[in-house]
Amino acid sequence: MSVKSTAARRTTRGGAKRRGGEPELVQLLTPEGDRVEHSEYSIDVTPDELRGLYRDMVLTRRFDAEAITLQRQGELGLWASLLGQEAAQIGSGRATRPDDYIFPTYREHGVAWTRDVDPLNLLGMFRGVNNGGWDPNENNFHLYTIVIGSQTLHATGYAMGVAKDGADAAVIAYFGDGASSQGDVAESFTFAAVYNAPVVFFCQNNQWAISEPTEKQSRVPIYQRAAGYGFPGVRVDGNDVLAVLAVTRAALEHARSGQGPMLVEAFTYRMGAHTTTDDPTRYRSDEEREEWASKDPIARLRAHLDKQGLADEGFYAGLDAESDALAKRVRDGVRGMPNPDPMAMFENVYADGHALVDEERAQFAEYLASFEDAPAASHGAAGSGKGH
Amino acid sequence: MTQMAIAKALNESLRTSLENDPKVLVMGEDVGRLGGVFRITDGLFKDFGEGRVIDTPLAESGIVGTAIGLALRGYRPVVEIQFDGFVFPAYDQIVTQLAKMHARALGKIKLPIVIRIPYGGGIGAVEHHSESPETLFAHVAGLKVVSPSNASDAYWMMQQAIECDDPVIFFEPKRRYWDKGEVAVSSVPADLHKAVVAQAGTDVTLAAFGPMVKVCLEVAAAAANEGRSIEVVDLRSISPLDFDTVQASVEKTGRLVVVHEAPVFFGTGAEIAARITERSFYALEAPVLRVGGFHAPYPPARLEEEYLPGLDRVLDAVDRVLAY
Repeated sequence: MSVKSTAARRTTRGGAKRRGGEPELVQLLTPEGDRVEHSEYSIDVTPDELRGLYRDMVLTRRFDAEAITLQRQGELGLWASLLGQEAAQIGSGRATRPDDYIFPTYREHGVAWTRDVDPLNLLGMFRGVNNGGWDPNENNFHLYTIVIGSQTLHATGYAMGVAKDGADAAVIAYFGDGASSQGDVAESFTFAAVYNAPVVFFCQNNQWAISEPTEKQSRVPIYQRAAGYGFPGVRVDGNDVLAVLAVTRAALEHARSGQGPMLVEAFTYRMGAHTTTDDPTRYRSDEEREEWASKDPIARLRAHLDKQGLADEGFYAGLDAESDALAKRVRDGVRGMPNPDPMAMFENVYADGHALVDEERAQFAEYLASFEDAPAASHGAAGSGKGH
Repeated sequence: MTQMAIAKALNESLRTSLENDPKVLVMGEDVGRLGGVFRITDGLFKDFGEGRVIDTPLAESGIVGTAIGLALRGYRPVVEIQFDGFVFPAYDQIVTQLAKMHARALGKIKLPIVIRIPYGGGIGAVEHHSESPETLFAHVAGLKVVSPSNASDAYWMMQQAIECDDPVIFFEPKRRYWDKGEVAVSSVPADLHKAVVAQAGTDVTLAAFGPMVKVCLEVAAAAANEGRSIEVVDLRSISPLDFDTVQASVEKTGRLVVVHEAPVFFGTGAEIAARITERSFYALEAPVLRVGGFHAPYPPARLEEEYLPGLDRVLDAVDRVLAY
């Protein structure tokens, strides 16, 4: 099977009519698990690295599934599943260096995994105990951003700062096909181009912005928009972890070497609902989902590992055990996550303080203390009999 | 003591900040080679270069959004929004991102960004060049909002805002840019968020900020001719607002009129009236009155003298508050 014919076949949107002139995807691993070559992008990976990528994707998927379950059990208020996008996230995340900086949306659980962000940290905002909750500088992984597209400007500004500092790090901004319509994304492309900022715009085109297909966002393939801003764009098979790794590495190197921004469109599919509040059966077909299920990123790498004899039963059994342990840690950790102290809402509103916050904090503390059963030291256990 | 116009005081202040801290950046539309449409950044591009004084694309959300990224990288951007009415494309970045990010990160990151906005009317401009949107920012936790009324405050408050680790919306009274005043460049300035008594009096308190302080001082002078003693409080900071200073004045005079260009409805005056009523109910001899803009779009320039609070409208309010 030639690269060209394989790639051309991949351009058929699952279940939907084939669009004429759909551009070729960069692909290095077919859905059947066979390695193919690409004229511009290549990769050498050791068996160890391949097993590592597989492990990353399996654990990320298990974490995601556990979070969905916890939401169904009422332990989380909401969850935004990454099911189906594991290769796009693990491949791109593993392409980054520790000194690179990542600006995620709210669905980048796999990228967070590659940056060693504690999975429990990601769950705080979905449980409702904080609105972010981690130190972005600890892992060079910024807070999740909920308003669509805003973070692409932060990434661009950060990259402008990297360039000013003369550092050779790069910045990567995640966003989706829906976000590509936002003005902030357009402005970030303009700023990044004008200042030659070392930023990679990584668009996970998962085909659906809640209920709206990509056709409602763009008449042209999203990666082609880069040309209008004067920097390169490329579309990669987002369910092929090797191709994503290779293309993102190249894009980051492009940025680091002073050549400015680059747009990567990872062509993938949101296998689950937009969030746990969504019902995708109202707007898309089972056939489409089934078509994409046959391109599953994890099954694909497993097929490759098995065909090449690169992983034995011991490896898979060990990974199963590791998955179960991760799920248990997440489950126990979420259930044990305490409600914040009511006074926490007054914390960190300002870095240098603010008289009104001080005044309202004191008034509210006095109010809470006016109840006879108020705990002496803390209001953390507030809940019953307080009437507020 | 040096005589300086407000515009020059701001310019000197920015220059001093650029000299003192290599992390300070000035960015905005036309702030570079041109020196800004009001020339507030005049000469800075020449002396500090395009790495420190940055002409940006014409995209306000982009300006503030990239300033956030630069701040996360350790810089202290001073951003110019060219006119008050042009800030709204950036409003989402300011309110949704900038104001909340420190809290969302549990205090682990800081956003030391100053957003300079020339504001207010009285210069005969076209639509969207004369607005006073300070309330729309004061309502948002995480932002600080200040506005100097004179050259000395302009000089000091700008440097204090740049040194502040929180985002500060810095409203510059554009029609006063060319008013001169004494600037004590070597003295110790007042706290950024402290109100000051600009003129002492005993009968009525006028509270104002930015461009309206001058009007209130003129009112005090005119009222003095009629034997009335007016105290003028220059608020200087709208968030936080120094209610203690206003309260102390009201408990002396028993009467309060708040004056601003922004529409009265849900304006700064409404908040002051509510809080002073709560704090000083028994000291008040009359309801707190407000003088400001109407609940109508800012009018065309030929009507703005009718719209803006001037000597007569403020004196009318003084008469009414004294009539109780």
